[in-house]
Amino acid sequence: MTDILKPESEAALAEVIATAETPLRITGVGTRGTTSGLTGQQLSTSGMSGVTLYEPGALTLVARAGTSVAEIEALLAEKKQRLAFEPMDHRGLMGTTGEPTIGGIVAANVSGPRRVAVGACRDHLLGVRFVDGRGKVIKNGGRVMKNVTGYDLVKLMAGSFGTLGVLTEVSLKVLPEVEARAVLLINGLSVADAVAAMSRALGSPYEVSGAAHTPSGLDGHPVTMLRVEGFAESVAYRAKALQKLLAELGESQIEDDPARTKAGWNWVRNVEAFHGSQGDVWRVSCKPSDAPRLAEEAGGEALLDWGGGLLWVQLPEGTDLRARLSSYDGHATLVRASAKTRDALSVFEPQNEILTRMAQGLRDRFDPKQIFNTGLMG
Amino acid sequence: MQMPQPNQDVLGRKSRIVALLAEALPEGAVIHDENETRAYECDALTAYKCPPMCVALPTCTEEVAAVLRICSENNVPVVPRGAGTSLAGGALPTADCVILGVARMNEVLETDYDNRFIRVQTGRTNLSVSGAVEENGFFYAPDPSSQLACAIAGNIAMNSGGAHCLKYGVTTNNLLGVKLVTMEGEIVEIGGAHMDAAGLDLLGLICGSEGQLGVVTEATLRILHKPEGARPVLIGFDSNEVAGACVSDIIQAGILPVAIEFMDRPCIRAVEKFAKAGYPDCEALLIVEVEGSDAEIDHQLGLIKDIASAHNPVEFRESGSAEESAAIWLGRKSAFGAMGQINDYMCLDGTIPVSELPLVLGRIRELSQGYGLEVANVFHAGDGNMHPLILFNANKDGDLEKCEALGADILRLCVEVGGCLTGEHGVGVEKRDLMTSQYTADDLEAQLLVKDVFDPKWLLNAAKVFPLEVTQSRRSA
Ligand SMILES: Cc1cc2nc3c(=O)[nH]c(=O)nc-3n(C[C@H](O)[C@H](O)[C@H](O)COP(=O)(O)OP(=O)(O)OC[C@H]3O[C@@H](n4cnc5c(N)ncnc54)[C@H](O)[C@@H]3O)c2cc1C
Repeated sequence: MTDILKPESEAALAEVIATAETPLRITGVGTRGTTSGLTGQQLSTSGMSGVTLYEPGALTLVARAGTSVAEIEALLAEKKQRLAFEPMDHRGLMGTTGEPTIGGIVAANVSGPRRVAVGACRDHLLGVRFVDGRGKVIKNGGRVMKNVTGYDLVKLMAGSFGTLGVLTEVSLKVLPEVEARAVLLINGLSVADAVAAMSRALGSPYEVSGAAHTPSGLDGHPVTMLRVEGFAESVAYRAKALQKLLAELGESQIEDDPARTKAGWNWVRNVEAFHGSQGDVWRVSCKPSDAPRLAEEAGGEALLDWGGGLLWVQLPEGTDLRARLSSYDGHATLVRASAKTRDALSVFEPQNEILTRMAQGLRDRFDPKQIFNTGLMG
Repeated sequence: MQMPQPNQDVLGRKSRIVALLAEALPEGAVIHDENETRAYECDALTAYKCPPMCVALPTCTEEVAAVLRICSENNVPVVPRGAGTSLAGGALPTADCVILGVARMNEVLETDYDNRFIRVQTGRTNLSVSGAVEENGFFYAPDPSSQLACAIAGNIAMNSGGAHCLKYGVTTNNLLGVKLVTMEGEIVEIGGAHMDAAGLDLLGLICGSEGQLGVVTEATLRILHKPEGARPVLIGFDSNEVAGACVSDIIQAGILPVAIEFMDRPCIRAVEKFAKAGYPDCEALLIVEVEGSDAEIDHQLGLIKDIASAHNPVEFRESGSAEESAAIWLGRKSAFGAMGQINDYMCLDGTIPVSELPLVLGRIRELSQGYGLEVANVFHAGDGNMHPLILFNANKDGDLEKCEALGADILRLCVEVGGCLTGEHGVGVEKRDLMTSQYTADDLEAQLLVKDVFDPKWLLNAAKVFPLEVTQSRRSA
């Protein structure tokens, strides 16, 4: 069971799955730790690698699932383009190693701070190829920006965490790199005031592309960060306009040093506040205006992204965050914890009976042998 | 075009079914008189008509659930309907069906500017969603040209786009949650005011499922603050290739226009005659619109001018005022109307990789000559979503069939160059039988498995999207 299955083609993968009789634990290279602790033989997509098509003029890129994100980002950088959804790198938080794969990003619908402006990974995903649990190769979507031909299994596959099929190829919409970036920094706000400031900024015409708040920044003080990106003059104009808009909420500075602003947003994106620390890490998706209350009820340390729509919380090991939160619109996912805690508290928040039945119905059909990441999503 | 044989057993029970529905709904909510059901015999794909057995017009989610429960228990097919503007025949009835229309459900349920969403009943029209938040400077981004008439219900079912989706995305990118009623009459909320779905992305699956997985009665939609301003330019070229290259250069330069619209010569001429927008008589015309403050707009338009100049345009017209902006958009916005004046037309909706634009336009011209039917092109060039308009004469014997054959050839061409059959209008009945040109049997089977989960009895809009022979065994089970 220690051997990692690493098929090098879609056909070989289909063969492995068609003949498999026992559970498989699907990974890229496992940097997100999603399937660690699950039973089953590890099946890695890293043998299927390489960018198969890149058309900068059409803003599209197609890559095999095992292609490393680093390779894709380097290729895009040559043409001054990027993955606009800013996928988080989980290695620091999870304490894992290896080169994250694009298939892993899609399977977990991994996004970053820019989600508030441009959407999640799933919003940039144009097409997929995957092998389902019957060993059939399925494609859906394509490589064009607009496509409503048949059901959108592309969205369904994004964020299905390998429970419906093993991705073999993904096609993505990419975007041009921006010319400039500025960050508005406000010190000392309470969580409630920070959310108010972020809401006002995100509800302005100034195209804020990041809105985060840490109650205890690098030097222990609360910092609220608002990002604008684009052409240099426009960035300067919008940063000033935001400053004026938020003047009554507190004094702010504008930081536009490329290296420092990049590092700052990587810090948010990768949840660096909780790197190397003890304790479980939770991710709460909520309505921004609920974030202050939820952060309070959660106790522990918190970090707010997406204008408050995403709450990262660090708690002592084994604490059931879900039990602490009074009713709200959203859900909590356990991202970092021991296998025992993950087992006891379940990674994903249980859903109501009807949704559970729908999801189970889909899994029964796409994975009739129940061999994909068994137990992960229900 | 073929539709399944109506179920005689269902038709035989019409009066009983009507009585059950009437009992469950307020007075006047069930239409069964043959003169009145005719109002629902088609959508905007008017070539096909078939009055339904009856029509139910509930006023709330619970009533929708009641209708579906009755239909499910009595094995009656259901076709959901919003405003009936589908161009794909998505809302086309079958003779044995109940049309379940949500047009009477058009309330705004909640507006929340801090969290930037609006919750509405889905019978509400697209434009009136923006209308509800306009006073506060907000808008709902997806803007199909039919936005005055079409309902959010149909937008969600078709995953509709619009001229501005190059920047803002289509319906699925702006949809946060739905209230869905299953064919069995169960009510369930999927998603909500928060950004990420819990569990599998069922919301993404429902959006674009063409009314086949459930009936959507409420929607939570993302709203945005309006930009400070917007301004278009009009650029004329003497070749399609060059116009295509210009589009590609603009996109790569890092400018993100809200819209890049393309019209070819046949379209420009028709539009000129009809709307007198003052367009130059040239081979290809682009309308590019950018947003921001005045200074930002000037800067972006400056960049676009530099890019365009490198391609020797025959005309570069920048708008200097609101009136000039309106004049630039006038022709584009009246394109469909203009075509309707001269002729019957069929509007296609394939998408192609932007890089294939010149090739595809050339091939369309050849096909059009081969068939002897004129084709005018007007489309969203930034994302490769084409709308070839085939002109034909509905009163001439055989012309419709010829037009459909040409349309099918053009759509197959879109697939062949790496694109797809439909970018925003949906498959409906119109492109149903072409699905096998884009998808293998296994690809289609995977989609049918999804329908099996949501609608095991295949009662919900079941004659659409997939070729009838592919779904035959399931529909008759
Ligand atoms: C002049 C004109 C211009 C157009 N321009 C555009 C454009 O720019 N972009 C674009 O994308 N489309 C465009 N369309 C097409 C059409 O307007 C869209 O597809 C629209 O979203 C349909 O909405 P509707 O409410 O009219 O839906 P309907 O036509 O009533 O129904 C469409 C589909 O939705 C299903 N449905 C309806 N209500 C529900 C519900 N409550 N739950 C589940 N399923 C439901 C129906 O069964 C059907 O399959 C245009 C159409 C016209 C006539």
